[in-house]
Amino acid sequence: MMVDVLVVLDAQGALPSRNALEVLGAAQRLADGSRGKVKAAVLGGPVEGLAAGLFEVGADQVLWLEDPLLVDPLPEAVVAALVGVVPQTSAHVILMADDSRGREVAPRLAHRLRAGLVTEVIGVSAEESSVRFRRQGYGGRCVFELEATQFPVVGTVKLRTMEPARQSPGKGKEEVRMSIGLDPLRVRTRVLGKVAEEVRGVRLENARVVVSGGRGLKGPEPFRGLEDLAQVLRGAVGATRAATDAGWVPLSWQVGQTGKSVSPELYIAVGISGAIQHLAGMSGSKTIVAINSDPDAPIFKVAHLGVVGDFRAVLPSFTATVKSLADR
Amino acid sequence: MNIVVCVKQIIDPEIPTEQFRLDPASKRQIRGGLSLVISAYDQNALEVALQLREKVGGKITALGLGEPEAQGAVKSAMGMGVDAGVLVSDPALAGSDSFGVAHVLARAIQKVGMPDLVLTGCVSGDTGNKMVGPLLAEELGLPCLTFVSRIEFKDERVVARRIVEDGYERVEGPLPLVASIISDDSNVPRYSKLKDIMAAARKTVPVLKAADLGVDMTRVGSAGRRLLLRDAIIPQRESRCELVPGDTPAEQGERLALRLRELKVL
Repeated sequence: MMVDVLVVLDAQGALPSRNALEVLGAAQRLADGSRGKVKAAVLGGPVEGLAAGLFEVGADQVLWLEDPLLVDPLPEAVVAALVGVVPQTSAHVILMADDSRGREVAPRLAHRLRAGLVTEVIGVSAEESSVRFRRQGYGGRCVFELEATQFPVVGTVKLRTMEPARQSPGKGKEEVRMSIGLDPLRVRTRVLGKVAEEVRGVRLENARVVVSGGRGLKGPEPFRGLEDLAQVLRGAVGATRAATDAGWVPLSWQVGQTGKSVSPELYIAVGISGAIQHLAGMSGSKTIVAINSDPDAPIFKVAHLGVVGDFRAVLPSFTATVKSLADR
Repeated sequence: MNIVVCVKQIIDPEIPTEQFRLDPASKRQIRGGLSLVISAYDQNALEVALQLREKVGGKITALGLGEPEAQGAVKSAMGMGVDAGVLVSDPALAGSDSFGVAHVLARAIQKVGMPDLVLTGCVSGDTGNKMVGPLLAEELGLPCLTFVSRIEFKDERVVARRIVEDGYERVEGPLPLVASIISDDSNVPRYSKLKDIMAAARKTVPVLKAADLGVDMTRVGSAGRRLLLRDAIIPQRESRCELVPGDTPAEQGERLALRLRELKVL
C-alpha cells in the first residue's frame, strides 16, 4: 500500500539533528518503498534554512506548527497540537524520536486519535495492505513483528538503530504555515527550571567510542580511570543503571533501556555484568569489549573481545598501550 | 494523600539466555519454573509512594493486573509497607495490549476510589512498551508527568524531577495526576522486613473481574488489540567472545589494545 508518513521534529537550528535524520530515514524508506509522501511537522515557527535541509533528505512537505506553546514545548502541548494537525495530513504513519518527549507524546496522541502505537521501532515496511513494524521485547531477547491494518498508527523510532536519511530530494517542495492557537489552559503541567549536566568532550549518544562502568567499579572514583581512557579514545563515558542508582555518576550517563541508546564503533564495558536492562541500550555496538573479573558474567555472551580480570589492574596498561598506539 | 501504585508481575528478566523461551501461539515468554518478580521500576514507584506517605501521611494501594499468581506481586508490595492491595484477574483480559491494560487499570482505580496520585514504573521489564503511564492519564483524563524520579507536594500541586537527555527538569502539575517513575539514588527500593512479608502473606488480596469494573470488552483481550502481533523471533547471537590471554592483568590490558589495533578497531 502507499504509505504517507508524518515526521514530528523540533525546530532546532538550520540542519536536521542526528535524531531527526534517523526518524526521517525510517520515513524515507517507508515512503519510497511504497510511493508515498513524507511530511515533516516542525514544532515552533519557521527556521531559516531548515526547510531546504528537510527537502534534501526526502521531505515532500514541511508543516510549520506555529504557537508560542510549541517553542521548547511540554509533551502535553505537542499532543494538543498534533491531535488537530494529523487528521489534516492524510498520514498513515506518524513517526517521532523515542526521546524523553516522544515517550509521552506518542501514547497520548495515539489514544486521542484512536490509533495504534508501536514504541522503540527498529524497522518498518509497507506491505500489500498493511504496515509492519519491528521492535525488541524482553530487553532485546526477542524481536516482535507487529502489523497495522488500520490507520493512522503512531510510532517512536528507537535512536541509534536506524540508518539516517540519505540525500534524496523530495518530490514536492511545499511549505505550509499552520497557526495552531493552543489554549494555554489545556496545558496543565509546567517546567519550573532545568538543570543540564555538563558535557565534557563528545556527547555519549554520538560518540564513536563509549567506555562504560557498572556495579563492579564499586564507587565513583574508578570512573576517573574510565574518563582517562575515554579521553585518549576521544570517546564518552557511560554507566549502568546500578552505577547511576548508586549515585556514583549522573543519570544522563546511563546507557540502557531507560537511559541512552548507543551504537558506537567500540563499546568498552568495565565491571559490567550485562543485565538485560543495560544490553537493551548497547548491544547494537559494532565491537564490544568486556573487562570483568567474573568469567560467567552475561556480558561475555555479547562481547566480541573479553578480558577476565580485575579492571583495576587491566585498565592502566590498556590505557597506556592505547595511548602509545595513538601517539605512534 | 492517597496514592495508587500499579505493579506488574513479570518473569525474572535476568535469567540466562538459554532459559528464555517463547510460546509460539501467544508469542509470550514461557514461564516454566522461572521465578516471578515485581517489574523493577514499579518497585521504585512503590518506594516513591512510601517516602511520600512518610512525609504527608495517607494511604497507598497497590494495584495488580494479571494471572491469579500476580497476587504475589501485590503481596510483595504490601510486605514493603503499602496499606492495601487489589488484583484484577480475568481470563477474558489475557492478550490485551497496553491500551486495554490502561483501560482496565483506569476502571479499577475508579472502582477503588480516585486517589490524589497514580504511580507506574516508567517501563516494564518484559515487553517494555513504556505506554501504560501516559495511556492511564488519558483514560482518567488527568495530567501526566513521565520519567520522574522524585516527587514532592506543594500547595495542592506536585513538583517532580523529570529526567531528560542532558539532565533534569523541575516540573509541576495539579492533583490528581499520573506519574511514571524512573530510578535514581533517591528511590532505591527498601528491603522488606521478614515480619512484614509474613504478615502480608497471610492477607487476602481482593480479586476483581472485568464485569466488576464495567470494562469495555471490545477494547481488551487479543481481539481488542490495535495491532496484530504477527511474530516474535529470538535472534541468534554469535556468542563467540575471544578471551584475551596474559600471565598478568597488565599483560592482558596491553594485549587487548594490540588486538584491537590488529582488528583495525583502534
